[in-house]
Amino acid sequence: MLRRTLPQAIAFIIGFAMLIQYFIPHPISERFYNVIVQQWLIIILGFMYIFALRSFFMHHIVKIRRKKEGYWFSAMAIVALLFMLSSGLITTRGVFFDSLYNYMIAPLQATMFSLLAFFIASAAFRAFRARNFQATLLLVTAVIVMIGRVPIGDYLWKGMPDLVEWIMSVPNMAAMRGIRIGVGLGAVATAMKIILGIERSYMGGE
Amino acid sequence: MCSVYWLCWFFEKNKKTLDKCLFLIIKVNAMLIGILFLIGQIPTDSVFLNPPTNIIAMDAPNDRGEVIIIKWDLPEDISNIEGYQIFREAEEETLHLAGYSPVDRTEYTDQLGIKNNVEYRYRMRSISPEGIVSISSEPSLPATAYPQWFRMDYINVLAMVLLYLGLTVYFVRIARKGKKIFLRRIPGLDALEEAVGRATEMGKPILYVPGIWPMSEIGTIAAMNILKPVAKKVAQYESRIIVPTIDPIVMNVAQQTVKEGFTEAGRIDSYNEDDVFYLTSAQFAYAAGVNGIMIREKPATNLFLGVFFAESLLLAETGNATGAIQIAGTDRVAQLPFFVAACDYCIMGEELYAASAYLSEDPRLVSAIKAQDWGKMGILICLALGSLLSIFGATFIISWFTAR
Repeated sequence: MLRRTLPQAIAFIIGFAMLIQYFIPHPISERFYNVIVQQWLIIILGFMYIFALRSFFMHHIVKIRRKKEGYWFSAMAIVALLFMLSSGLITTRGVFFDSLYNYMIAPLQATMFSLLAFFIASAAFRAFRARNFQATLLLVTAVIVMIGRVPIGDYLWKGMPDLVEWIMSVPNMAAMRGIRIGVGLGAVATAMKIILGIERSYMGGE
Repeated sequence: MCSVYWLCWFFEKNKKTLDKCLFLIIKVNAMLIGILFLIGQIPTDSVFLNPPTNIIAMDAPNDRGEVIIIKWDLPEDISNIEGYQIFREAEEETLHLAGYSPVDRTEYTDQLGIKNNVEYRYRMRSISPEGIVSISSEPSLPATAYPQWFRMDYINVLAMVLLYLGLTVYFVRIARKGKKIFLRRIPGLDALEEAVGRATEMGKPILYVPGIWPMSEIGTIAAMNILKPVAKKVAQYESRIIVPTIDPIVMNVAQQTVKEGFTEAGRIDSYNEDDVFYLTSAQFAYAAGVNGIMIREKPATNLFLGVFFAESLLLAETGNATGAIQIAGTDRVAQLPFFVAACDYCIMGEELYAASAYLSEDPRLVSAIKAQDWGKMGILICLALGSLLSIFGATFIISWFTAR
């Protein structure tokens, strides 16, 4: 009962309450939403971080102890976490903590993001090989769109930007909307399956 | 010459009187200029502009209260008007400027400092580009803001939800009676078995990335729904599954799901809790961490199922470089091209939500997909009918799908 029925009952009650809440603009309904989504979620997340940190330390300590490949990355991850944590707790005004974030974490994240440019190039090179009719169509369309998006496209043929605009706003948009309608209906169907207790895989049960 | 001498003599003799006269003229002129200037500045006495008429104040519908809408008729001549000043008064508020509206508008929403259940009256004045203002309009009738209990403008959404709910319940009942429901093949999901088998043959693990969004996102829930049958297959094949997570709640749910999958396969002893772990909460740090796992552990199969953003290609390209078989699925349309380019199989949009039903073959779950298909059919019919009828000017079908 505690394992299956209770979580299912909670999912049903809260799910339906949130559904009804969407149609009620009254401040009482608004407060209910804020309590559930903001306060409860923050409280739950706070406790979950204890489990997350336990998992983090266990994972990396085991790697270090067994001297697995790249174990010093794990050591670095633990040192970085403790250093960041202590700098936030010890330094009073947060300047040092902010500097760590602004001059270490932010540039590291920007570096990862910038790698995307090279990955796009390599993925495009692989995707645009004319193996069959569909791939050739993709290649031709991509070349037109790429040329039409830069000034040389307009220089080569005045109608190129308009052609690109048509490709993007008609066939491309039609496909995207088709997928989005499917996604919207699928999301509603999944939500209903969860509320009605038809879908229970996420609880661990069938 | 005589007259000139006479004038000089006259001015000399009457100098004091003339000075007094001149001073008087200057004073009078200064006063007149001052009066004219003041007339220009005094707003209520202006005669050049007309104020708006028929001021109507009313409570804004379908909201939490604390909002009043003011409507008015434009003055006959608006050529010299730049805009309108809106004044508000209540029992505990003296008349004060509450807002400004451009000349061509006939409606203003007042939501600054409005309290529920308090009567407010509004007056308006026209103002010219030079700053000349008209006299005040007649006050509006009192209006009171109050909260509503139902959003009437969402009635179409509620109708659709109820219709869809009815369809789902109907098809679940049909499925319970044992009627077989056809489900088309989804190559990406068919390949899951092959992918798990390949990993087992190679003696390498399977990497399952459940996206970077929290548990409240429907795409992440779908990823968890797929995780269980995958974990069950992994346990049956006596292989290993690695699930790095970005969110602590997702980590806990993933641990329970994988454990359940192993339990159902009768291999709970093979379950290792540390293989489902928390990596980091930062997007690109997570991408870097997962890429590191791919490079070091060299998984034979990578499964990217859930909600992904800019990190999608970073993950998929690294996985491609390691030679792993890759199956990706997301409901984010913008990320689909990246997965199509870099992965062997791609589960697109709604297929991600259908995956759980497809893999488990549970008739009740499959029946919900049938309801989804009927919903799509309904939308397609409405799209075709709406397009056709709007050519002839009938737009009522379009209004069914727009918020009022």
